[in-house]
Amino acid sequence: MAKKKFVVASFDDEENLFPAVHAVRKAGYKIHDVYTPFPIHGLDHALGLRETSLHTAGFIYGITGTSTALGCMTWIFTSDWPQIYDGKPHFALPAFVPITFELTVLFAAVGMVMTFCWLCQLAPFVKKHIFHPRQTDDLFVMAVECTPSTNVEELKDFFKDKGTVHLEQQEAEAGWWWGRFDREQQIINENAVEVL
Amino acid sequence: MASTKTYFEIPAKMKTWSYILMAVGILTFIIGFFTKGMSADHEEQKVFWGTIMYNSIYFLLITNISMFWLCALTLGMAGWHIALRRIPEAISAAVPVFGTIAGILLIAIVFSNLHIYEWTNMEEVHANAALAHKHGFLNVPFFTLWTVATIGLWILLGKRMRKLSEEADNEKMPLNDGQSFIWRNTVSAAMFVAWFALTAGCVTPWFWQMSLNAHWYSTMYSWYTFASSFVGGLGIITLFFIFLKNKGYLELATQEHLHDLGKFLFAFSIFWTYIWFAQYMLIWYANIPEETLYFKHRVQGEYKGVFFLNLVINFVCPILILMSRPAKRNYTLVTFMAMLLVFGHWLDFYQMIMGSISPEKITLSWLDFGILSLFAGILIFTVGKTLTKRQLTPKYHPFLKESIVHHT
Repeated sequence: MAKKKFVVASFDDEENLFPAVHAVRKAGYKIHDVYTPFPIHGLDHALGLRETSLHTAGFIYGITGTSTALGCMTWIFTSDWPQIYDGKPHFALPAFVPITFELTVLFAAVGMVMTFCWLCQLAPFVKKHIFHPRQTDDLFVMAVECTPSTNVEELKDFFKDKGTVHLEQQEAEAGWWWGRFDREQQIINENAVEVL
Repeated sequence: MASTKTYFEIPAKMKTWSYILMAVGILTFIIGFFTKGMSADHEEQKVFWGTIMYNSIYFLLITNISMFWLCALTLGMAGWHIALRRIPEAISAAVPVFGTIAGILLIAIVFSNLHIYEWTNMEEVHANAALAHKHGFLNVPFFTLWTVATIGLWILLGKRMRKLSEEADNEKMPLNDGQSFIWRNTVSAAMFVAWFALTAGCVTPWFWQMSLNAHWYSTMYSWYTFASSFVGGLGIITLFFIFLKNKGYLELATQEHLHDLGKFLFAFSIFWTYIWFAQYMLIWYANIPEETLYFKHRVQGEYKGVFFLNLVINFVCPILILMSRPAKRNYTLVTFMAMLLVFGHWLDFYQMIMGSISPEKITLSWLDFGILSLFAGILIFTVGKTLTKRQLTPKYHPFLKESIVHHT
């Protein structure tokens, strides 16, 4: 994992955030991520993120559940241990449907939760840098990555008229790492250089 | 609001098509009346009147669903549908037409000596302990009373809702007027929904359909009828919505609204399947002769094809085709699915009613499609005419902005 330079702009209103996102993308800067206190409709679209593949994964898990349930029951009741229940045929499809449904839902639900955690890198002891302590409270925080070709001073000036309430420059870990918040508490970034 | 097309003008093609469909239908009716309706064979007569009956019931229910849908959305304080609100309103204006046809036909049938409903045959009722026991509920005066009250109040309460909606055309509402407008809408909608819940739970399924097999009953049948007509009704709303969009009307309604209609179609197709399965599996599992008599000839007899085709059209197709988000936002796919589902639930009503009237012999023929075309023609004609009468967007509705910025 590598440390990178960021310019972190904070907004107190989503009405300022959206034009800023559009302007930053149009100017060609690279947005690392935007952190908001609540989910905002259309922000993913504004950021140009690709559609999540979570639902495709969900479909595959569901189909896996369906075939597991149907396959197991069919094998057990027709060839492994055929028995007659209630005078029904060995392959009693209507009776299999509720269990098939349950297993489909179970596989899809559990699989999607785990995939979601994987995609968002959520797990015990997985730590990520927090750009601003108020990003889960009341601030909309946009972290713009400074690539080697980015003119940092120009970028800071760029934000001056965008309704930013707080602007700072940080050098921080871009990815995730193993760690514990209670051992290495550093929510307020001391390396941050405040600009605004 | 720069609205260039405030009022709907019936395109010449639409008018021609509705006339052609109605002409074909009337011709079918006349030919059918002389070949089957006047036939010496009692069964043929039953098939003829039964065919007209299930078509009129189906079209009455799916047009009435529009009003129910509006009222349910009104009670839920929904705002997203305001931009397309005039469509279900116009469709529900066909309820008086289909209600009159269905009402007169049903009452004529129970009064005639055709005995499509076996409980109208008094000789059989006296000879049969089960029918005699049910006679307190299944008798001609009670049937007539409930049929008239049901259809009559559907018409009246629906008219009340439509009239109220007119106020949103006149002038900008100050806050107080807007609040009072929403409140009066809520009260009217609640009245309609209460009456609809009662009648769609007992009159339409029990009297009109389930009592064709007076010995048999299923507690899922009301839900089943409702679910089936609900999907059909949503399909009609969606089709008219896409038609108007195609003609360049409703510029405030967007793909987001189409997406929501698609979700409705998808979700209630699954709901229908759930009801279908809940009814089928319990009877299959228990295997009690007096319960299986409803399914025996449908699953194993001549109706086998229709019975399983019904499941393929109304369950397999929507779940596979409408599941993904891009599919629900695609005008072509949603049009295709809406048409398929309207047809599918027509087929469902066919097997529900004709499967009971003529259990031994499948009756699907030119007559069914001719009568279908008659009713489709009436629907297109009536809805088209109603759509011209009011502005297509209720532009002073307090919730209109919510509909414009709607985003899924």
